[in-house]
Amino acid sequence: MEKFEPVIVAFCCHYCAYTAADMAGSQRLPYPANVKIIRIPCSGKVDALHIVKAFERGADGVYVAGCLEGDCHFKNGNNRAARRVKYVQKYLEEIGIESERLEMVYMSAGMGYRFAQVATEITEKIRKLGPSPIKSALAGQSDKVAC
Amino acid sequence: MITAERKPLEELIEYVKPYKRILLLGCNECVTVCAAGGRKEVGLLASGLQMALLKSGSSIDIRQHTLERQCDPEYVEELVPMIDGVEAIMSMACGCGVQQLAGRFKDTPVFPAVNTKFMGASERQGVWAERCQGCGDCMLGQTGGICPIARCAKQLMNGPCGGSAGGRCEIGDDVDCAWQLIWDRLKALGREESFVEITPAKDWRSGGGSGPRKIIREDLAE
Repeated sequence: MEKFEPVIVAFCCHYCAYTAADMAGSQRLPYPANVKIIRIPCSGKVDALHIVKAFERGADGVYVAGCLEGDCHFKNGNNRAARRVKYVQKYLEEIGIESERLEMVYMSAGMGYRFAQVATEITEKIRKLGPSPIKSALAGQSDKVAC
Repeated sequence: MITAERKPLEELIEYVKPYKRILLLGCNECVTVCAAGGRKEVGLLASGLQMALLKSGSSIDIRQHTLERQCDPEYVEELVPMIDGVEAIMSMACGCGVQQLAGRFKDTPVFPAVNTKFMGASERQGVWAERCQGCGDCMLGQTGGICPIARCAKQLMNGPCGGSAGGRCEIGDDVDCAWQLIWDRLKALGREESFVEITPAKDWRSGGGSGPRKIIREDLAE
């Protein structure tokens, strides 16, 4: 069996995680190419619908990366994002998707090392969980069509 | 506003399982404000249903639309061109919207996606509390703007009862005693005489006690 390479969507706040990703690059810190970064103006901008749609389109894991506690550029967007992530985690369980596939993480713009570490850890976690049940079901359907 | 909460996904899946194409319909009014059945919730539920069904090996075509108001025939009429080929409708509006659709589209099954809860007001972001039970004979003028029908667990006309302690109701520490609130408010307004006045037993005919209610405005009705 081919090695499973998960697709992970990372919603990264412009003021922290996105800059941290840049920092990781400048420092030549490697992180898995599985992580697809989407820049957002604040983690609080991420809507439940964005996360759910990512899973619907076949993402194996999603994480929202916001500023450290008390450091949000827009005051409390990161706290709102964390509450929203919790809400979607419950919804995912209802749908039948493991809630561990979704996570909220925090970092500052200077934490290039942490960005690379988080990306690696989450990729490994999702690799262990295996493909998302939705991705498997989508693949099964396209096989049927091909037959 | 009328408040509502989405039904558990499991129940909704049972409703839609027999169908291949459904119309998932939101409402731009009350259920949008209480984040239960607006455009965004329609999107979330469509995704959730799609994924849950995909997981169980089936698939469904979910058409999504949100009406300005589902409780108004003129907006419901907009659906006529969309209904062709739709085997069932799932409504995210309150019970009024669901019934309006069922009345208009007699050959199409209509299912509720939310549980309609109560007439409430927003206490703060994300928190809604019951404030009115539509008794049809408003007594807020006598009770300092606090409703004993909606907010007293016993719906006492002359309270408080012996279960009121420290301003809280005996049913739970997080429930204010409505009659304590009424007393505090009337006192602050210097209207204590309203409190001591005995209110006679309520005539519940106006509150649904004599069957379904209807308002007919002669000047508007056609």
